[in-house]
Amino acid sequence: MREDEVPQDQVKHFGDARKAMYAVDRAGHYETVASSGWEVEATVTGDAVAEFRRLAEAARARVLRGEASPLEFHMHDRRMDLPTLAQTTGLWRWRIRRHLRPAVFARLPERLLLRYAEALGISLEELKAVH
Amino acid sequence: MIVNTFQHRHAGHCESGVTANLLSFYGLKMSEPMALGLSGTLTFAHLPFVKVGGFPLTTYRMPPGSVYKGLRKPLGLEMERRTFRDPAAAEAALDAELAAGHPVGLQTSVYWLPYFPPEMRFHFNAHNVVVYGREGDDYLVSDPVFDQPQRCPAADLRKARFAKGVFAPKGLMYRPLTFKADFDLDAAARRGIGKTWKMMLHAPMPFVGVRAIERVADRIAVLDKKIPDVRVQRLWVGNIVRMQEEIGTGGGGFRFMYAAFLQECGEALQQSALLDASAQMTIAGDEWRKFALLGAQFSRKREGVGLPELSDQLRRCATQERQVYQQLKAWSKSSPL
Repeated sequence: MREDEVPQDQVKHFGDARKAMYAVDRAGHYETVASSGWEVEATVTGDAVAEFRRLAEAARARVLRGEASPLEFHMHDRRMDLPTLAQTTGLWRWRIRRHLRPAVFARLPERLLLRYAEALGISLEELKAVH
Repeated sequence: MIVNTFQHRHAGHCESGVTANLLSFYGLKMSEPMALGLSGTLTFAHLPFVKVGGFPLTTYRMPPGSVYKGLRKPLGLEMERRTFRDPAAAEAALDAELAAGHPVGLQTSVYWLPYFPPEMRFHFNAHNVVVYGREGDDYLVSDPVFDQPQRCPAADLRKARFAKGVFAPKGLMYRPLTFKADFDLDAAARRGIGKTWKMMLHAPMPFVGVRAIERVADRIAVLDKKIPDVRVQRLWVGNIVRMQEEIGTGGGGFRFMYAAFLQECGEALQQSALLDASAQMTIAGDEWRKFALLGAQFSRKREGVGLPELSDQLRRCATQERQVYQQLKAWSKSSPL
């Protein structure tokens, strides 16, 4: 990659931040060039974020219909999936899957709820509702 | 408590950047490409049986910790590494190091660092930063992937240091204790380069090295049979590109950084073969960028960009890389230690 090929696509979410990229100057020498981002990277990152958002929205609808517990929404809202949530809480997956059912979730003791709230970085009240 | 003499340098990748910046502060001037190359951290691996976010793990570098571990022998580098059970103890230890005038490296989770743009905050636990000061309730963070030093409130840093899951940092804090400032560059370069071509050409399993790149190309060629859902196909391909280009993991970026390393070594040791290999590695990086571009166009449903085109481009990456490693192998064999 030559200096003048370093992408400067002004990716929005970068803000004022810049990314260092290695590129060669005219004489063929390597140096770092500050890049304002590449459209390609923004596309794939955006897709990954959108997928989490899609899952969270689907979960929200299910919660409102009473088919899922708010935990399912918050898990996706915090960009986690079942394995990640299991690892962060230290609970077994089948237990968490059970807690995704509204009836089971409603009866959870506070100590378990706190564990979820801590792992997700939200308060108890937030955990019990969808926003 | 601010270590004013610590110099923040913008880097392409977090761990090599942190290692190079820390070593430079503690008395061994080192560039980021040198840290990458001498430690032999460049690689390619595709592990279909390890799922990250539901997709196979694809990586362009060795696992976290490889940069400074790889420098242990060539530089005689010894890192003091401390992990903690208790977040309060970890914070106290960090403050004590800062009070003693020692900037330290920390392992953190990207998701909990507030200065990251929200779009980039994923649950990735092996992000390295240097903390070089504290002002009130804020820590001064030299995050090498940002061009300017950042600030991070103590509570957020605590959460980031004690994130759980894969690569859980457990509050890991490290700084270099001893190293040989007058290390033998020739021997170190041969060692690091040898490690890389051996892994890339002769790894015993097909999940690592050039063969792994070809294996991914094969998988992409038949992806529509394995995964009929086009949306999931896009995410699958997008995941590989994301691992390649996203901040701190840049795979194409690593190829350019390695080319910079080969150039630096070639000049310092006056080895024209390394300069040739550097130029070839630059071409490999360009091929990877073309692959990323195609991947994004595939995600955007561009006409004429389908799985066969992606697969072919990936094969070109593999061919080009194989040639570089064979050149490096020939160099190693022609003038042994």
